[in-house]
Amino acid sequence: MPEMTIREAISKGLREALTDDRVFIMGEDVGSYGGAYAVTKGFLEEFGPQRIMDTPIAESVMVGAGVGAAMGGMKPIVEIMTINFMLLALDQLVNHAAKMRYMSNGQIEVPVVIRTVTGGQLGATHSQNFEGWFASVPGLKVAVPSTPYDALGLIRSSIKERDPVVIAEHAMLYGAKGEVPDEHYEVPFGQAKIRREGKDITLVAHLRMVNVALKVADQLAEKGKEAEVIDLRSLRPLDVDTVIKSVKKTNRVVVIDENWQTGGFAGELVSSIQETAFDHLDGPVGRVCGLDVPAPYSRKLEASVVPTPERVMETIGQLYGL
Amino acid sequence: MKVSPKLDKSQVQELYRQMQLIRQFEEECSRLYMQGKIRGFLHLYIGEEAVAVGAIPTLKPQDYIVSHYRDHGHALVRGLDPRAVMAELMGKATGTSGGRGGSMHLFDVSKGFWGGYAIVGGQMPIAVGLALSAKLKKEDRVTVCFFGDGAVNEGEFHESLNLAALWKLPIVFFLENNLYGMGSHVDKTHAVGRDLYLAADPYRIPAAQVDGMDLLAVREAAAEAVERVRSGGGPVFLEAMTYRFRGHSMADPSAYREGSEVDLWAKKDPILTFKEKMQEDGLLSEDEIAEIDDEIKEVIEDAVRFGDESPEPDLDSVYEHVYA
Ligand SMILES: Cc1ncc(C[n+]2csc(CCOP(=O)(O)OP(=O)(O)O)c2C)c(N)n1
Ligand SMILES: [Mg+2]
Repeated sequence: MPEMTIREAISKGLREALTDDRVFIMGEDVGSYGGAYAVTKGFLEEFGPQRIMDTPIAESVMVGAGVGAAMGGMKPIVEIMTINFMLLALDQLVNHAAKMRYMSNGQIEVPVVIRTVTGGQLGATHSQNFEGWFASVPGLKVAVPSTPYDALGLIRSSIKERDPVVIAEHAMLYGAKGEVPDEHYEVPFGQAKIRREGKDITLVAHLRMVNVALKVADQLAEKGKEAEVIDLRSLRPLDVDTVIKSVKKTNRVVVIDENWQTGGFAGELVSSIQETAFDHLDGPVGRVCGLDVPAPYSRKLEASVVPTPERVMETIGQLYGL
Repeated sequence: MKVSPKLDKSQVQELYRQMQLIRQFEEECSRLYMQGKIRGFLHLYIGEEAVAVGAIPTLKPQDYIVSHYRDHGHALVRGLDPRAVMAELMGKATGTSGGRGGSMHLFDVSKGFWGGYAIVGGQMPIAVGLALSAKLKKEDRVTVCFFGDGAVNEGEFHESLNLAALWKLPIVFFLENNLYGMGSHVDKTHAVGRDLYLAADPYRIPAAQVDGMDLLAVREAAAEAVERVRSGGGPVFLEAMTYRFRGHSMADPSAYREGSEVDLWAKKDPILTFKEKMQEDGLLSEDEIAEIDDEIKEVIEDAVRFGDESPEPDLDSVYEHVYA
């Protein structure tokens, strides 16, 4: 099977999408610059300025025009350079995109795809992880691919959606490699993936935290314990069933989320788990999140903020004595 | 008031009928609100009728209209069924959005009416996107985006004007300047003062100001703007100077406006002035007026009856039409 990076997988998905005349890509520097993370490199030459449209630095009208163009029968893919800048477009995403179909009683559909970049190592205003926020909004779908296979598969599904989709791509994962089959496949929304099977504890994560969970599983294996690692792949819809099934088997679970703990997505998951699988638990549902501080610039401080395998191991030890 | 020589008697009657329909429909809404049959926010367009009635009939059926939360007038002129609009205001299953939208969120896509939007300025990027779709698909469609003076101060206004001008999109930005955003006078909210059409100048969008109480003046300016946009010249900006005779919403007693100011504008009542002028010119008679007024009364009674008799939405339907 051919190997490629997540960046290459996303580019491949976008190229495929562009075979549909209704699809066009717009965003800041997606054209001659090739995209801030080089995902659309070469696209302008390949598809021309009618399909690959550089926009001004104006996130609200970028997302809003994507919504409007989708209402008018196009299938826009909007690239928002990073998820931090999505905050300037929240009105369009939350107040409008997510509500058009409901408010119009189904007269209007908004098949817009918004690609953006989450996480990173660029300091307080440039390293945030808001995908969990978006997942709390009815009307939106949120994809969080952590492998090239999933990135391509989820893009293929996103393009077919009739509702607005946010794809959160992790800044630190673009170079991650993985196998991608030549044959066509899709990754549907709402299907988590068991990355590693185990019977002693369940670790639930998405994006970069999946790698943390896998490292934890390695460390546990050295102690003779088997961790089951679940990669959520989409946050809305959320595949709680796969998580619950695993918890019923392992009786122990820790949720890992790069975002802040307070009011965060991890809390939602923890709550769902204890509501449904309380009787199967050997101890409290664990949660390891980014520290409740803005991302610091210093490498040393920053490393202490993002969840690490050590911190997860510590939590597992405290809660379950593993 | 300039009289357009092109208007014949039947057109004059129709324009009068549309203005009066909005006025009487909303008078009834106001009563129903007091009775508790209409709830939530209710923003009346009374006093501003000449803007919608001047502008919207200059459009073709395939054109797109995007409005704000003060949207009943635009919706009715565009031909939305008064029954369905009234039912929506009453939150009934037979409403334009089956009771999911309400007064501020009327939609009828089959009529090119792409909605009332209740976030000030929020409709502008979407209207730009609709215009973009028309351009990309090479369709003969003009988008008209209505908004108030308050929206001019929002970032979305500026982002939208810039992109529309940059990409030469087929859109008319139609500002309804009624001098107030809730209780704040434009003189206190906009650095340039009340001539807000000047805000289009930095984007080199052709802009004009028109007397929004004068139906024929609005009609002429709108027709010209729409034609210009349709011929591919990019966006045009129109500012209609108008006045709402009522409070901002039903919740607003409107204490911040001087009585003398209100009286002054009342003299410019777009329906009275149009009626008088048309009578003078022999294009509208007392009998015709009475006949139209009677007909409107029936339309409204029928709409209210329809709304009253319509069922409320099914509880089971609460999750319909949203990915939840
Ligand atoms: C973004 C936003 N801020 C505030 C409000 C509350 N609000 C609703 S209408 C309004 C005044 C808007 O005035 P204008 O744009 O002039 O329209 P008008 O009501 O006069 O027609 C305000 C402040 C809102 N709906 N949206
Ligand atoms: Mg106003």
